[in-house]
Amino acid sequence: MEKREYSRIGETIFHTVLPNGLHIYVDPKPGFQKSYAFFATNYGGMDTRFFLDGVWQDTPAGVAHYLEHKTFDTAEGNALQLMAANGASPNAFTSTSMTAYYFESTEKFEENLKTLLSFVSVPYYTQESVDKEQGIIGQEIRMSDDEPDYRVFYGMLEGLFAHSPVKGDVGGTVESISHITAHTLNLCHRAFYAPGNMVLCVVGDVDPEQVAGIAQEILPKTSHLPVERDYGPAEPDQVAMENWELHMEVSTPIFQLGFKCPPPQKGREWLRWALVGDLALEALLGTSSPLYNKLYAQGLVNDNYAYGCEAYSGAAFLSVGGESRDPAALRQAILEEAQRIGQEGVDKELFQRLKLAAYGGLVRGLNSFENICIELATSHFQGHDYLEFPQVFSEIEQADIEDCIRQIVQPGRNTLAVIWPKGERA
Amino acid sequence: MSTLTRTELLPGVFLTAIHTGKFKSSMFSMTLLTPLRAQRAATEALIPFLLLRGSEAHPDMQSISTQLDQLYGGSVSPVVRKKGEVHCLGLLGSFLDDSYTLDGNGILEQAVQFVGELLLQPYTENGVFSEAYTRQEKGNLADRIRSEINEKRLYATQRVVEEMCKDEPYGVSTLGREADVDAITPQSTWECYRDLLSHGRLELYYCGSAPAQKVKDIFLNTLQELPREGGYDLPRPLILPQAETVRRVEEHLDVMQGKLAMGLRTGGITASSPDYPALMLCNAIFGGTTTSKLFLHVREKLSLCYYADSGLHKFKGLMLISSGVEFEQRQRAEDEIMAQLESCRRGEIEPWEMDGARRSTISALRTVLDNQGRQEDWWLGQAVAGLDQGPETLAQALETVDVAQVVQTAQALCLDTVYFLSGREG
Repeated sequence: MEKREYSRIGETIFHTVLPNGLHIYVDPKPGFQKSYAFFATNYGGMDTRFFLDGVWQDTPAGVAHYLEHKTFDTAEGNALQLMAANGASPNAFTSTSMTAYYFESTEKFEENLKTLLSFVSVPYYTQESVDKEQGIIGQEIRMSDDEPDYRVFYGMLEGLFAHSPVKGDVGGTVESISHITAHTLNLCHRAFYAPGNMVLCVVGDVDPEQVAGIAQEILPKTSHLPVERDYGPAEPDQVAMENWELHMEVSTPIFQLGFKCPPPQKGREWLRWALVGDLALEALLGTSSPLYNKLYAQGLVNDNYAYGCEAYSGAAFLSVGGESRDPAALRQAILEEAQRIGQEGVDKELFQRLKLAAYGGLVRGLNSFENICIELATSHFQGHDYLEFPQVFSEIEQADIEDCIRQIVQPGRNTLAVIWPKGERA
Repeated sequence: MSTLTRTELLPGVFLTAIHTGKFKSSMFSMTLLTPLRAQRAATEALIPFLLLRGSEAHPDMQSISTQLDQLYGGSVSPVVRKKGEVHCLGLLGSFLDDSYTLDGNGILEQAVQFVGELLLQPYTENGVFSEAYTRQEKGNLADRIRSEINEKRLYATQRVVEEMCKDEPYGVSTLGREADVDAITPQSTWECYRDLLSHGRLELYYCGSAPAQKVKDIFLNTLQELPREGGYDLPRPLILPQAETVRRVEEHLDVMQGKLAMGLRTGGITASSPDYPALMLCNAIFGGTTTSKLFLHVREKLSLCYYADSGLHKFKGLMLISSGVEFEQRQRAEDEIMAQLESCRRGEIEPWEMDGARRSTISALRTVLDNQGRQEDWWLGQAVAGLDQGPETLAQALETVDVAQVVQTAQALCLDTVYFLSGREG
């Protein structure tokens, strides 16, 4: 395997590609009790339309997530139980662009890894079990209907995008999932669960060669190239709706404010985009920015406040969310501050320390095995190497941040989504 | 490898220091301990938040975040917890470990001194906390208490504890009562704070690459001005082994999914009891894992709900069951949950269930060692309960628990209170 050293941040990665096209990344961590394995496919909630068997296939919203639930079924029973009986804590998630299966275990790692690779790669979907899952997933969807943070985030996406599939709920709706059959699941598994469309990341006190050997032994020997997907026409610069709102059983108004961005190119540019986006948010409205401190003192925000940037094929945005007594005033204050920065620039000293802080935060993030795996897998699918961040970071200039704020944080290019307490209104 | 030392640094001041090179960050905390009392809880809960508003040398949030940015984006968080019937009010710091700074200069000493400064030299006006800061943080505290209703799953488990322990200190909510917030003044908070500094026990924790002696020196140096006036003893929690009758509480909110929360007494078994390892396995078999009876029967086999699980409040001797169900399935879910408990009591525990529960419980304990935050929480709890057992020792004790011991703890469980969060009529 190829060995990559990242000495400044104390990481070593072993990488290889199997003949079937699967990329494997192993990050050995001597001295830790647990090992963590993460097996992911470049397939998520947004991938509902794709080209397979010579035709464009349209599948119901929520199918990637449904597939994730049913993939734990095997001819021998449920893989969750099998792995749990071996001391592993397995789980899975489906996001907008990725489905991942993972476990951590402190013993019998090899056995658990074999089980993980096997149940994910071997489809076993019966109509009976697919039907039964309708109830469980229906409950999951209804549960998220009651979660204001979830609703407000999707509300913002609904406003930001005209048609990009990123705005659809990853879980689908009770109606859309009712169209899912065993046939749909088999089709999607064939399209997206081929080794050439997947990545395996392992972090822990493990032997990299042994990990590669197990993958070689368990997984199919051949694969097809990733299938072509259709995300519809390019998004306009303007947002679809500048405001979105809903009333729910909450105590204070909950908001998400999103800024629509042109999506980044795949490769190193993608990583650079994300680092610039994060720094721009820090400088504009981050918890150590002058603006946040002013807003906090005015009671317009509290410590339930988070921000970040996300990019997908054909769609990207910066966002900030939390609780605010007056979300509209907050939006106005942010737009005004962006205008000020656009004219006056970012304070030089602020930029320097934000960079130092962001570097420290990224390195500290490497404490989490889960975070390492998610970043390795995401960056693999986006065509870059996440652990190069110190290098990419050092190349970012103050002007990059200012340009980002100037171009992105503008009237007409943002959506404010608000969940109001029942009986309250702006 | 890691080594742990525990020392009494000053009267009533204890340091737990873990020396390890495993992590990218150093984590440390300073936590004041005091008996949990309804009348004082809100004022006490306010203090860590107020301390983070400003110190003598860093009088506002802006100067605090500037300092944190310069320390590689370290974070200091206010942490308010209860362990048994003790209120724990602290500041938790997480900073880049000295091994990863860009210029090779360590930051630990500065970081500890800075957090010590926040704890001991708060920003004052007229000899007490600032009027404006107090007013703003009171508003935030009231919002925080009110917003507990936003997370329905957590809210339901919190409500069942409040109801079942309404005549015990444990029923006091960590953040206190909303009704008490209004009457808080800068003066009353200041008196409470000075009282905590003089008479509260102070627990210190450190985990990172610095050797124990260096850590001791840094903390001692930082805490020179801490007043020590005696009275550091902490109460043992009131343990009620059984409930006399089953109480039922129902609340209505505008929600799509019902939340069922059931509180049980453990027959007096707590983390200090010899039977505790058996109770942990009993909980894992009954509802603590994905191989548990609740998961397999109530969720998977009967599709009655999206989640159904159980957990222990180990210092108080409680077990809580939590489930999300359709309103009309409420009784069926409750009956099925109790039927599964009966099955444990009758000893209907298969070897694979026992084995799975044992492996996953041991694994969960071992992985505490891989996470600085979980270790911090573990050792704070142990310190409050007067226990010196590490996660590894408890993991070893779990190896020899047999079915008969598990059944005995299941038989000791006694249902106390059933809480149901229902939708609005019509």
